[in-house]
Amino acid sequence: MNINYKIAKTYIFSNKKLTAVGVLGVLLGMSVYIFMNSLMVGFDRTSNTTVFKNTAHIRVYKDDEISKPLIKDSIAPYLIINPKIVPKINTIINPKKILQILKNDENVVIATPQVNTNVFYNNGKSQISGTAIGIIPEEANNMFDIKSTMVEGHLDHLIHNPNGIIIGSGVAEKMNLTTGDNINLTSSKGINRTLKIIGIFKTNNYNIDKIKSYINMPLAQQILKEGNTYITDINVKVADPETAEPIAAHLTELTGYNAESWQKSNETIVAAGRMRKIIISFVSFTILLIAGFGIYNILNMTVSQKINDIAILKAMGFKGNDVVRIFVTQAVSIGVMGVIGGVAMATVVITLLKKVYIGGDIGYFPINYESTKYLQGIIIGLVITFFAGYIPAKKAANVDPVEILRR
Amino acid sequence: MKTVLKTEKIDKYFHDPVEFQVLKDISFDVNRGEFLSMIGKSGSGKSTLLYILSTMDTEYSGQLHIDGQLVTGLPIDSLAEIRNEKIGFVFQFHYLLPEFTCLQNVMIPALKLGKYSEEEIEHKAFEKLKILGLEDQALKSANKLSGGQQQRVAIARALINDPCIIMGDEPTGNLDSKNSNIVFDIFQNLTREFGQTIIAVTHDEDFAHRSDRIIEMKDGNILAH
Ligand SMILES: Nc1ncnc2c1ncn2[C@@H]1O[C@H](COP(=O)(O)OP(=O)(O)OP(=O)(O)O)[C@@H](O)[C@H]1O
Ligand SMILES: [Mg+2]
Repeated sequence: MNINYKIAKTYIFSNKKLTAVGVLGVLLGMSVYIFMNSLMVGFDRTSNTTVFKNTAHIRVYKDDEISKPLIKDSIAPYLIINPKIVPKINTIINPKKILQILKNDENVVIATPQVNTNVFYNNGKSQISGTAIGIIPEEANNMFDIKSTMVEGHLDHLIHNPNGIIIGSGVAEKMNLTTGDNINLTSSKGINRTLKIIGIFKTNNYNIDKIKSYINMPLAQQILKEGNTYITDINVKVADPETAEPIAAHLTELTGYNAESWQKSNETIVAAGRMRKIIISFVSFTILLIAGFGIYNILNMTVSQKINDIAILKAMGFKGNDVVRIFVTQAVSIGVMGVIGGVAMATVVITLLKKVYIGGDIGYFPINYESTKYLQGIIIGLVITFFAGYIPAKKAANVDPVEILRR
Repeated sequence: MKTVLKTEKIDKYFHDPVEFQVLKDISFDVNRGEFLSMIGKSGSGKSTLLYILSTMDTEYSGQLHIDGQLVTGLPIDSLAEIRNEKIGFVFQFHYLLPEFTCLQNVMIPALKLGKYSEEEIEHKAFEKLKILGLEDQALKSANKLSGGQQQRVAIARALINDPCIIMGDEPTGNLDSKNSNIVFDIFQNLTREFGQTIIAVTHDEDFAHRSDRIIEMKDGNILAH
């Protein structure tokens, strides 16, 4: 072993208390960093899963418009004195073509149409207002993963049963219904239909479970007295949800309809996530930095304690770089021990927390072993350690041996 | 006679707290195998001169040659290599690394030089300790020895790379007369048997007069040599 490392090793083990304090500092900083950041990833993931159970990555729809002058290029822009939003049919004209355009786009993974209808659920005397969503079951399942939320029945049965309905658990509870029962639907156009309940879903978000139901798209078109080209929304799924925003802008241009990203329709959730990220990043980084200060202090102490050693080593022909190497080795060894301990501790904490049941639509504590966060923590930890050691080491390397030895 | 160390017109000033010339026009030669003592009143500039000769102090004017090579103006890393290979140091205080054994302390400069394998170095270090009568202490921690023993370990360490010059700043300053005599004999033996050169600053009249040659300093000048 190189003599520099031998000396560093001796310094590490000759003052075990000091070394232990340094290691402990890094260990704690490291484990908190990994833990907090993994937790953040977990939070984001849960929050996104919840969002994506009800929201498409991108929703393409027709927006209400202000009436425009009939003659284009007219000098007076508005012949109509008092422009108002007109209740034009908020439908996508020629949906087949738009769907084709969307499906041909390289960024789009799935594009599926949907018809939203406001309805009343009736059973005997009880009546609840809600929303029945007309879907193409298979495609919608790929979109929202409906199957994972089913607590009774099967989504596939909807395909073979044109008069079937899958209701939210809230609706089922309130109206005391189970699979196999009949339910009566009244649409906003006054159409009445009796449907067979073939399944119940539960998203754990009560606000959704108590109003939503899924029916076949043709049925939704019928109860709205519309033809088979009537579509209110086209839902689009992209490969990476984080890229939805720019793709949405692109799709708006491409189709001429409004394409809205999930970030835009969930601004509060996105903003909250962003804030969480800033706070956690800042706090966890600060904690690591403090661990770095610990090492810095320890190294400074060692350098002052060993000033005689440094002087004689330099007199005997050790170069500035040798001295730097001795003390940086000491710092990095403390750092590596701390990092290993921190990784182990974070793993233990995460393992324990994973088993804690929280309930609600979160379920188990939303944390996992996030390898990228481990890696990030290890790299940041080692870089900080290196500099925490390098600064005192550089100081030691600049010690003038004459000043010490002539005393 | 081969010259191992040569100074030409070395001047040195200290600027703090007041401008003051500590060394004035120092020129002398030291031959191979010479045992040289430097004496003079306290404050006459002996240590200052010795640290210039050692290459550790580079702030002077004039020229310094070691082993035929002009070392004045060399980069500090080259100077470190020259010290490692060609100069051994003994100070008034031993400056041993307290956490290492005596043997390890002696080995350090050789491990740095890296000319021999670790086994060979260990063997050599043990031999050096033997010369100084310390073979029983080899595996003891350096801070568990008496002052005289520690000083002898420091001398063994100075010898490990077989340097052509051994420099001492009051190497016997902390020793009683018995130990001083031991150190003197060791030094004399080194010059006689191995042709190594000794330059020792001392306040010990007896020590100086028994050596081969005396350089006396006064107020930054060399009086006699
Ligand atoms: N770093 C310094 N700054 C200013 N003056 C210094 C410095 N070092 C030494 N001196 C002065 O230089 C002069 C010579 O000092 P030096 O240590 O060389 O003397 P010396 O001959 O070794 O004395 P002693 O026998 O007491 O060790 C003294 O007057 C001292 O005060
Ligand atoms: Mg002196």
